This record gives sequence, structure tokens and C-alpha cells, in this order.
Amino acid sequence: MGRERETPKEQQQVSYTVEQLVAVNPYNPDILPDLENYVNEQVSLQTYSLDANLCLLRLYQFEPERMSTQIVARILVKALMAMPAPDFSLCLFLIPERVQMEEQFKTLIVLSHYLETGRFRQFWDEAAKSRHIVEAVPGFEQAIQAYAIHVLSLTYQKIPRPVLAEAINIEGLSLDKFLEHQAANGGWILEKGHGRGQLIVLPQNEFNHPELKKSAADSVPLEHITRIFPILG
Amino acid sequence: MATNYDYEEAPATYDEAHRQDLGYDPNFVPDSVKSLVVHLYRHIREKNVYEIHQMYEISFQTLSDRLFKDTPWPSVDAVAHFVDNDQVFCLLYREMWFRHIYARLSPTLKQRIDSWDNYCSLFQVVLHSVVNMQLPNQWLWDMVDEFVYQFQSFCQYRAKMKNKTEQEIALLRQYDQAWNVYGVLNYLQAFVEKSNIIQILEQEKEGLEQFTATDGYDYSGGSNVLKVLGYFSMVGLLRVHCLLGDYQTGLKCLLPIDISQQGVYTSVIGSHITTIYHYGFANLMLRRYVDAIREFNKMLLYIYKTKQYHQKSPQYEQILKKNEQMYALLAICLSLCPQVKLVEETVNSQLREKYGEKMARMQRYDDEAFAIYDELFSYACPKFITPSAPSFEEPLVNYNQDAYRLQLKLFLYEVKQQQLLSGVRTFLKVYSTISLGKLANYMEVDDPTLRTILLTYKHKTHAVDSEGKVISNADVDFYIDDDMIHVVESKPVKRYGDYFLRQIVKLEGVINDMDRIKLD
Repeated sequence: MGRERETPKEQQQVSYTVEQLVAVNPYNPDILPDLENYVNEQVSLQTYSLDANLCLLRLYQFEPERMSTQIVARILVKALMAMPAPDFSLCLFLIPERVQMEEQFKTLIVLSHYLETGRFRQFWDEAAKSRHIVEAVPGFEQAIQAYAIHVLSLTYQKIPRPVLAEAINIEGLSLDKFLEHQAANGGWILEKGHGRGQLIVLPQNEFNHPELKKSAADSVPLEHITRIFPILG
Repeated sequence: MATNYDYEEAPATYDEAHRQDLGYDPNFVPDSVKSLVVHLYRHIREKNVYEIHQMYEISFQTLSDRLFKDTPWPSVDAVAHFVDNDQVFCLLYREMWFRHIYARLSPTLKQRIDSWDNYCSLFQVVLHSVVNMQLPNQWLWDMVDEFVYQFQSFCQYRAKMKNKTEQEIALLRQYDQAWNVYGVLNYLQAFVEKSNIIQILEQEKEGLEQFTATDGYDYSGGSNVLKVLGYFSMVGLLRVHCLLGDYQTGLKCLLPIDISQQGVYTSVIGSHITTIYHYGFANLMLRRYVDAIREFNKMLLYIYKTKQYHQKSPQYEQILKKNEQMYALLAICLSLCPQVKLVEETVNSQLREKYGEKMARMQRYDDEAFAIYDELFSYACPKFITPSAPSFEEPLVNYNQDAYRLQLKLFLYEVKQQQLLSGVRTFLKVYSTISLGKLANYMEVDDPTLRTILLTYKHKTHAVDSEGKVISNADVDFYIDDDMIHVVESKPVKRYGDYFLRQIVKLEGVINDMDRIKLD
């Protein structure tokens, strides 16, 4: 399976082929190299595929001697970047305990722990100490900042500037620039707080503005209604 | 093909050897067995599904209880000539023969390997030739269920290398393909694909196919075997993936089956329970507590209402065991996500009776609480496996607990991360607004720490569903305005829409039934 004859056309569609492999023939030891290449491709092209990565971790589980800890580390970093989705835990479930005891994985687990428990200051401190792990994956910083903003948006209607700064690890002039950009494009509003500095008003959503919550609980999907059309006549 | 068993192989225990040596002649066929085999063969040829089901479910069990309490059934070679040496019947008979060994005796390594060979032969026939049979769903489910069970059992057995005899090790080395994880997964996958079951279910939604309406049976002269095996294999795949710790993929395999509706999976109680148990467990590990609670609730209510009808069934014990395990899982889910309003009255009172005290202690989040989470998880979790081949290097170790220990560790890790949330909940229930400073004081932490706790609360109570959407499962919610916390109580909403839809369909069914009655 995979690429027996590589015509120029097929060569262009490598990642498409990998997704197909995962969907159609996932329990196949021969696709392991394709999946490993795909991880590297996700890293360099800043794309992401949980299914393909889980497939690879499963194959590593079936044949531990073929496991590449470097690839596994990259998968975990990509999973961290997918937060708030629980992808990081899903990957850990498939990685043997003795591998998780290795230094680089211990660090990644600590980083995940900080993010899961909203300890952004500790996270950025630890990440700074582990540059070699996190800088190997482009887009890491932005992804974590997006997650931080996500959690803050669930929680705050108005957030003090220092709290935001600590969460996204941007300060001073860079932060000013960032805030200006968000105010112009992201619907953020910058206010003057009572004597304590800037207050940032985050965009309204159903989680920080409960009155916006649509009563979705009682809506019935159209599919279910179509089932009684014959009865209603 | 190898014989059913071999006296020269090292048996599971000395007692087994003794018992198998004495008082058991594999070639002796009692009249009742001859009669059963002959009739069953005839019913299968005549596609009389009802009779097949009676013999399979009742007669086979009765004879097992009466004549074969602790011995194997007669060998397939001894009965083959009663059934025209029919290849398929012999494979089916052998499958039941091995199932009996696993249920009542202890399989030897050679028997485990031979059983694998039998499954391979049987599955090859179904997948690659035209099988013109209709078998009861119960039987087809049992085959898939047993196949996965024997795989799980083999992995557990293989992982205990410490006391293996030299003969056993030699056999393991020689037959390294037996119960190979690739083989198991690929057979299940092959059934799903070859049967085209996913497309059939899709087309059924548009009225272009009939499958669920006929309970999977084929009333146009064909066979239900491949289709229904394909269907049940989806549940089989969910189960195998859970055993491996891959919950995401497991749920994906189940996706074509709509568990909000009745379906072929509910036609057999064993399949219904296995599906919901693993669905719920997978969602628990994915932190989708509300989904897990909903499904456990429905299933437990169903079992409560119907278990009396299964008292005489050979699956009764299993039903009860899974029932207890699901209560334990429900207790865990509700302790992590207190949404008691999602639970039916009857189920809730059963839950209080079994785990009321433990749940109170779990919500205290001290060392004792973790011990109880550990206890319940360990009791209720699937028997996780290590799928890779064993290492034959000295010293030989037992590693059969490794997979379970990892899942438990990660689960408790998640519980620990949610440690402070119940404290927050208690306070949020009491106040409508409170300043960060004041709450920090009450909780005996500083302001920055409180902010992180509140962020954790928000993150943990807002799960990401399978489509990437954020859904709140918080019973008590809040938002922060600068340094003021405003509490929001969520009101329970009754799902009238679903209720009315169900009643409409039910009434239509009753009216149709009444119309069919002809009064003389």
C-alpha cells in the first residue's frame, strides 16, 4: 500500500495519500515511515492531524522497537498546540510509562499541566528554559497564546492588562501593538480602569455573557423531525 | 489443521491435565449431542432462524450444564460425519467448542492458538466466499464478542512471562502470528469494509436500504451473516481501541451507529451493554462527562427495567457485572461533573444506595478521595492490554499490569488537576457576586492563585466535542468583570421536543398494531 509507482502527479499529493491511508488501511505496519514523514510535514507546514498522529502512536505501541522518541516529542508539542482540545492526554494514553519518564517528556508533561491549570506565568517560565523543545516547532508561541486568549474569553468580560500580559507573555510596546491590532480586527475594546491601569473588554460570547446563551437544550435536530413526517401525513 | 488438543502439550494446570486425562473421551458422542448437531445443521440449511436461535441459546446451554460441566464437548471430528462433513458447520461448531473451553475450563496455550486458527478459517470463509445462511443476531454478536475477548485474554496470558514453561515459550515463539494485534484489527476492519455496512446505514437514513427495520435479517433470500458481522465489528473495534487506550479512534469506529436511536446493536442485550459501556468509558477519558452520564443513565435505567427477563440467560452474570461497573463509572463522572439533574430518579436512588457515601468523600478531594477514585476506576475499567510481542530475554517478567497502571495513573492525574474545583463550586453556589479578593481570602489563597483556579474551572468545565465545538458542562458558572465575580446559575431545561417525538412514534406503532388485529 502507499506509493508503489510514483508518477509526478502522485508525488504532489503525498499528504492526501497519507490521510487516505489512515482512513482506509490504518492497521498496517508498512505505513509507519509515511506517518513519520507526515509528522515532520505537519511541523514544517504548520498543519495538524490528530488521527494520523494517533495512528502512528498506535503502530509504535504495536512495535515498540520502531519508536522514534523525537517524532513522539514532536507529536506531543503539536498536541499541546491544539489546546483546549484534550489531544495531549489522548497521546499520552498511548505512550508507555517508561518513555514518559524521559527528561524531554517529563518537561512536556509539566508544560501541559501548567496550561491545563491556567498557570500561564509558570508555563512561559518553563518554556523559556526548554527552548530547544518548543522552538523546534514553528507556530508554538502563537498557538499557546490563542489558547490563553480562549480561556480568558470564557472567563472575563473585562480583564486587567497585567493579567492578560502574563497569560500571553507579551509586555510593553509589543503588547500595545498587539492590543491595537486586536482592537482593530478582533472586537476588543480598550478601557481605562479605575486608577489601576488599562482594562481590556473581551468580545462577548455565551460563556462570558450568559444572557447570550441560546436555549439550545430544547432545539430538536431536523433529522429527528423528518422521521415523523410519514406519520404526520 | 491441528487437532483440538494434544495430550503431550503442557496443560494450563496439573488439575486440567488430570481431568482431561480421565473421564473424557473426545470421540464419544452422546445421543443428545448427536440430535442437537443434526437438528441444528438442518435448521441452518433451512434458514429457520427461530429454531436455530432456540437450539443455540437454550439447547446448547442445557447440554453444557448437564453433560459438559467441566469437560469439553465432543471433538469436531467425532460429529463431522453427522453433518455431511460440512466445512462451515464444522467451523461454527469448533468456535462454540472453544468458547465452551474458555467459559468452563482453562484453555491451554495450544488451544488458544488452535482457536485463533479456527477464527481465521471461519472469517476467511465469510469474507471471501458466498455464505448462504441466516444466523441469529445473538450468535453473530457472540462470535465477535468472543473473538475480542479471546484476544484480550491472550494478551493478558502472554504478558505473564515469569512462570512460563519452556514448552510454552517455544510455542509462543513458533506461533507468533496467533492473536497478533494487526490480525485482530484487520479482520474486524475487513468485516466492516467487505459488508459495506457503513454505506448501508447511510443509505438507510435516506430510505434507500432496509437494515435496522429488519433487525439486519435478509428477507430477500440472501444472507445476513456478513452484514451483521460487519455491523457488530464496529462495536468490536470500539472495544479493542479502548483496550489499547485509544479512545478517540474507538469512538470514531462507532460513529456510523446512531446510539440515540434503537438499532441492531440493541437487538442483543450483550451488544447493547458493551456498546454503551465502552462509549461511556471513552467519553469519560475524553473528559466529555455529560455525554457519558447521559448514556450510562439511559442504559442503567433500561437494565433496571428489563433484567428480570434475562435471569435464565447465560449472559445474566455478565449483565449484572457490567451494571455494577457502570454505576461505578457514573459515580466517578458525577463526582467530576455534578450534573445530577441528568440522572433519572430510579437510577439516582440506586446510585445513592451503592455509592452515595463514596461520592461524598470523592468530592472532598483529599487523599482518601483519590483512594476511592482509584478503587472505582480499577473496578470498572476495561482490562487494558499491551499489544506488542513479549520479550523473550532473561529475566522474564510479568508486565500484564503495565497498560492498566498507565491508564489509571493518567486518570488520577486528571482528577488531581481538578482538585480545587469543588471548593470553588461550593462558594459559587452561595454568592451571586463576590470580589476576587474576598473569595481568595475565604479559600486561603492569594489573588493570582485564585485567578488560575478560576481559569482551571472554566477550562475543565468547557469540553471540546468531537466537532471542535466548546460545550459548557458547568452546573454553576460565572464571569469576571475586572475583579468582581458574577455567578450564573444554569436552570435545568426539560427536553420536551425529544419526549414528544418519541411519544408520536410510539402512538403510531400502537395504532399500526391495532390496525393489524382482525376481529372475527
